[in-house]
Amino acid sequence: MPAVHYLNATHGPASWFFTRDHKRIALLYLYSVSAFFLVGGIFAMMIRLELATPRGDLMSAETYNKAFTAHGVVMVFFFLIPSIPAILGNFLVPLMIGAKDLAFPRINLLSWYLYMAGALFGVAALVSGGVDTGWTFYTPYSTAASNTHVVLTAMGAFIAGFSSIFTGLNFIVTIHTMRAPGMTWDRLPLFIWSHYATSLIMMLGTPVIAVTLLMIVLERTLRLGFFNPTLGGDPVLFQHLFWFYSHPAVYIMVLPGMGVISELIAAFSRKPVFGYKMVAMASLGIALISFLVWGHHMFTTSQSVLAAVTFSFLSFLVAIPSAIKVFNWTATLYRGSVLLASPMLYALGFIGLFTIGGITGLFLAAIGLDIHVHDTYFVIAHFHYVMVGGTLLAYLGGMHYWWPKITGRLYSEPWAKTSAVIVFVGFNLTFFPQFVLGYMGMPRRYHAYPVEEVSWQVLNLLSSAGASILALGLVLPAIYLTYSAFWGRPAGPNPWGAYGLEWDTTSPPPTANFEVTPIVTKPAYYYAPEEH
Amino acid sequence: MGGTFRLFPEQASTMAGRVDNLYFFMLAVTVFFSVLVATLVVVLALKYRRRKADEVGANIHGSTALEVIWTAIPLLISMVMFVWGTSVYFALAKPPAEALEVYIVGKRWMWKAQHLTGHREINQLHVPVGTPVKLLISSEDVIHSYYIPAFRQKIDAVPGKTTTMWFEANKPGSYQLFCAEYCGTQHSGMIGKVVAMEPREYQQWLTAGAPAGTLTSVGEQEFATLGCVTCHNDRDNARGPSLAGVFGKPQQLANGTTVMADDAYLRESILNPQAKMVQGYQPLMPTYQGQISEDALVTLLAYIKSLDTPGATHDAATPAGTH
Repeated sequence: MPAVHYLNATHGPASWFFTRDHKRIALLYLYSVSAFFLVGGIFAMMIRLELATPRGDLMSAETYNKAFTAHGVVMVFFFLIPSIPAILGNFLVPLMIGAKDLAFPRINLLSWYLYMAGALFGVAALVSGGVDTGWTFYTPYSTAASNTHVVLTAMGAFIAGFSSIFTGLNFIVTIHTMRAPGMTWDRLPLFIWSHYATSLIMMLGTPVIAVTLLMIVLERTLRLGFFNPTLGGDPVLFQHLFWFYSHPAVYIMVLPGMGVISELIAAFSRKPVFGYKMVAMASLGIALISFLVWGHHMFTTSQSVLAAVTFSFLSFLVAIPSAIKVFNWTATLYRGSVLLASPMLYALGFIGLFTIGGITGLFLAAIGLDIHVHDTYFVIAHFHYVMVGGTLLAYLGGMHYWWPKITGRLYSEPWAKTSAVIVFVGFNLTFFPQFVLGYMGMPRRYHAYPVEEVSWQVLNLLSSAGASILALGLVLPAIYLTYSAFWGRPAGPNPWGAYGLEWDTTSPPPTANFEVTPIVTKPAYYYAPEEH
Repeated sequence: MGGTFRLFPEQASTMAGRVDNLYFFMLAVTVFFSVLVATLVVVLALKYRRRKADEVGANIHGSTALEVIWTAIPLLISMVMFVWGTSVYFALAKPPAEALEVYIVGKRWMWKAQHLTGHREINQLHVPVGTPVKLLISSEDVIHSYYIPAFRQKIDAVPGKTTTMWFEANKPGSYQLFCAEYCGTQHSGMIGKVVAMEPREYQQWLTAGAPAGTLTSVGEQEFATLGCVTCHNDRDNARGPSLAGVFGKPQQLANGTTVMADDAYLRESILNPQAKMVQGYQPLMPTYQGQISEDALVTLLAYIKSLDTPGATHDAATPAGTH
């Protein structure tokens, strides 16, 4: 390991809390986001424990409703949205393009403080009794009926949203202006392309949810009638505004994961990603179309037939770029030099699970079928295949891949492979039965379900059993990675033999990232000379 | 559904089979592509596994032909799903003209049903097999969603609106009824049963529980009690337009546009009369928003709709043979 690097260049709490180093800010995010992942996970376990039996016998209905709300709010706003962009993106965007830092280091630090301020509101809401609206805050329930801490929670998500907006702004400006000499747009790693697309959504979409949450707060506190029909509002208007952001937000959560997967597949096949341009353009295509599909969340609200058909059509279209990516990743393996190291296991698991998650999305885009499965466990299963099978696996894979770069140390590969397998098995056992449950008609957000439905009991029990296996698979990395951070063997600059600017510098990198500004002369993933 | 282990819900409506056919098609596509991708991943990863530590892969950048193929095929399959899904939706969304109407009101945490015959039920709905049934659904408080898995039908109950849903049960039995839109503490307790009966048994059920008055006659009383009749009458100097024969016909508005007098319009005109004023009348009518219960509103709607010709009486909308 180098004698001086970003971790030991300066010392003391102030050197962390006032740092402008994107790598240290990434670590601040890592600690806080991991803490929230633990909190969200505990609420998930509460949900699975309660549903292991049909009767609502473990906790009261109020508690259950607060538990699934807390699970959703924490996982969406405080884990999934910041996870890959704010941790891996923060660390890697400057490194991968050969820059010293992000364009606005102080704004980057401000983003973390905004995230923490939003999180503080969220935690305040939790400890003062929680909130029971679901993470979707549907009106008029959230503004007129719920007597829980809606305002605190909404303010938390509102403030955390600005953290997203600033991060997106920072990435876009950095990618435009701070690329090293020779790092042309067609030489950018696909991780950068996907973060560019994500940043566009963050900047264009997040202000809409901010305004919407503010309207909730105003209707609740000042009785301004936006959504409540007794005050002259329209309850469905809220759903339009909410999903105008929250559907693109799904892509804020999954696009960075796709970027990670492209890097992993290339590094562990030691060859360029197949169809580089198509994969890059697919990211931008997803970002664009994602803004035009929100209505597919409202097929049962009796929206006009024309609107329903249009939204259905566009929802089918948004699936195409994702399909293109899956096929290109798979084709990348062809004539590669494939090493099944732990990050690659996560990447290959991602391809399989994301395929299922993606295609089941088509079931929900087909209106005639969505009418039946809307608001059932089918939807829950679908988005957990995308968010957990997709984003979480990509996050874990990326974390394992860049861990030696971040910490300068290696972890136990056998333990890492074991836990990757446990996560894969536990995940499928948890969420596959939920597809069946959903088609059987079990509605989501149910504290108890009819005892006479024997199949529901069996399927729920399988799901709960799977959740405990999944939890084990997630606890293991926390242990061996922590161990590695202190006692792991030094990794050296490039333990995987991977191609990319981040592997040209030391592990951990110096505060300024590179001793001399790199000059790029070759395309991304240049493992072997051109073949003609 | 019920006491045996099964992986698919019971089919108990004329639409259930059509929805399931689409489901099985999409399931087959899912299985095909998942197995295809998984097999390719496993086979390629093993076949091209790294044999020497410094080995690198071939420098292949892509293939335009392949990109076209794997863009076109998913697009084509998606369009089949889109057209199929949309055609099923059209059938689910459009009730047949001659459907038996039942009014449903969602309220935390119960489903109230009011039949035109005046029968009222809570968390139950009795319907005949072989007759299309059209539900006119509204909510007294927050958004709910009326969901009958065995019929593959669902529609939200939105406060301030009337939504409609239809089905035709084709198998006698008792089926789960759920609230599918989260509505607060007892959301998972807002469940009930839809009982589909043979027509003869349905008649017996109607006769056994015969109520004092039909929905329209209750509505007529409400119409008088609330004082609607003082303005909405057939006299020449009436302060409000006559309501006879209004339902289902276009109305000329004061702002020059026209509006179809459907359930939604009648509801809006009671709750918020100034929103769409009929031409030739003063904005005198007070708002009934918050002044009238959803149940009473439903009876008023049924009554107004029964007035299909001037001077018609309250029996007009009663289905034949229920008395």
